[in-house]
Amino acid sequence: MRNTMVAIESIDALVIGGGVVGASIAYGLAKSGDRVCLLDEGDDAYRAARGNFGLVWVQGKGFGNPDYARWTLRAVAAWKAFGQELADETGVDLELQQVGGLTMFLEESELATKARQYAELREAVGGNYPYEILSSREVQKLVPQTGPDVVGAVYCDRDGHVSPLRLLRALTQAFKQKGGMIMSGARVQHLEYEKGGFSARLANGQTVSAAKVVLAAGLGNRELAPMVGLSAPVKPNRGQILVSERVQPFLAYPTMQVRQTKEGVVQIGDSKEDVGFDDGTTLNQLARIAKRAARCFPLLAKTRVVRTWGALRVMSPDGYPIYQQSTSCPGAFVATCHSGITLASLHANVLAPWMRGSLEPGDIRTFKAERFDV
Amino acid sequence: MFRTIAIAEGVKPEMIEISVNNESVQIQAGLTLAAALLDAGVHTFRFTPVSGQPRGPLCMMGVCFECLVEIDGMPNQQACMQEVVPGMRVRMQVGAPLLETTP
Repeated sequence: MRNTMVAIESIDALVIGGGVVGASIAYGLAKSGDRVCLLDEGDDAYRAARGNFGLVWVQGKGFGNPDYARWTLRAVAAWKAFGQELADETGVDLELQQVGGLTMFLEESELATKARQYAELREAVGGNYPYEILSSREVQKLVPQTGPDVVGAVYCDRDGHVSPLRLLRALTQAFKQKGGMIMSGARVQHLEYEKGGFSARLANGQTVSAAKVVLAAGLGNRELAPMVGLSAPVKPNRGQILVSERVQPFLAYPTMQVRQTKEGVVQIGDSKEDVGFDDGTTLNQLARIAKRAARCFPLLAKTRVVRTWGALRVMSPDGYPIYQQSTSCPGAFVATCHSGITLASLHANVLAPWMRGSLEPGDIRTFKAERFDV
Repeated sequence: MFRTIAIAEGVKPEMIEISVNNESVQIQAGLTLAAALLDAGVHTFRFTPVSGQPRGPLCMMGVCFECLVEIDGMPNQQACMQEVVPGMRVRMQVGAPLLETTP
């Protein structure tokens, strides 16, 4: 794909970044009729798209930011139809399960603090916010394999999970089926704005131009954004994961730290480290994650770990999205977020129409970079 | 399908006995379990949890995870990563193993 001749005149939009955020937006643009060229750095990029937990998740999002809680609720409500749309378009089974989700607690005081935060959030969004605090007995009823150390859990009936790899596969396939072009191995080094258009210079010297450009390059947005009058002060935050052998289903509900895929694999995680651009794994973090998981579900103590990996989250200073059009370079957009999987439904079907020229959705009004200037 | 390459002229390989699916089998010492099973005519090692299809070894070097069998009661063992041991009890896997609950 690197040496493909690209018909420059015919491209309406460049999307920079072929992860789930970029592919969702690119798909949304393409299916509405835009000629879109997706520029992806390559499969050896940091790729938050392949380093996440696959959660389609409401709970825990937006404490202190009801706008984000509402945006999340909207995304999750739209996910079933979005998943069906992709499945119908591509035939890919996303393994989407929206049966409810749990966050398990091992300390009473932590659960009590969390319960207070949820009560405040429920009030802040006007009372309609779905969550329940479950006792340990109630958790045992949902998941019989829950260990005695678990003191309770937060349960949200809207929560679920999906296969992130199949999601990216379906998005790229659907994008291509709608006429989209993907250039892989196409790392954008420089962006130029000249009256009415943008040109992206690739590492190999090639230039690709279009009237619009969408920055969806994850950690790469930090460098690209200022080139077109935008700001995306994102930083990496590492998470480490253990992946188990396939075992018979025992966990019907995804949890924040442990989930079981349709094929029987148990994925275990939940760590946050500020280590710069290092996506490696460390024994002490993996051990801590494993120990905690075994306290939640003691039968995991006998499970064999097949592989481990680390990945970098894309974090804005407050963890909330930036969805913004440049004023100095109109036609340039930036889209960055932490929850690219959960928000994929809205990225494809709400952000993309806005980027094509529809009125900016009121829901994203506050997700602008100016909020970081104190 | 598989034929053992002779080790050397006139050298008789040491034979040991293991149990495969509850039947006694004589196999050559020093082989990996995967090689020994293939040599003994066992080509289906398991049925996958995803589709129920039969599977056997592919890479013979520990990266494909297709040669999974139960050895001495422990499931999901890579047969290509273990040398045969006299008295080994090997059983074919059907689907995913069940995690035991703690006593």
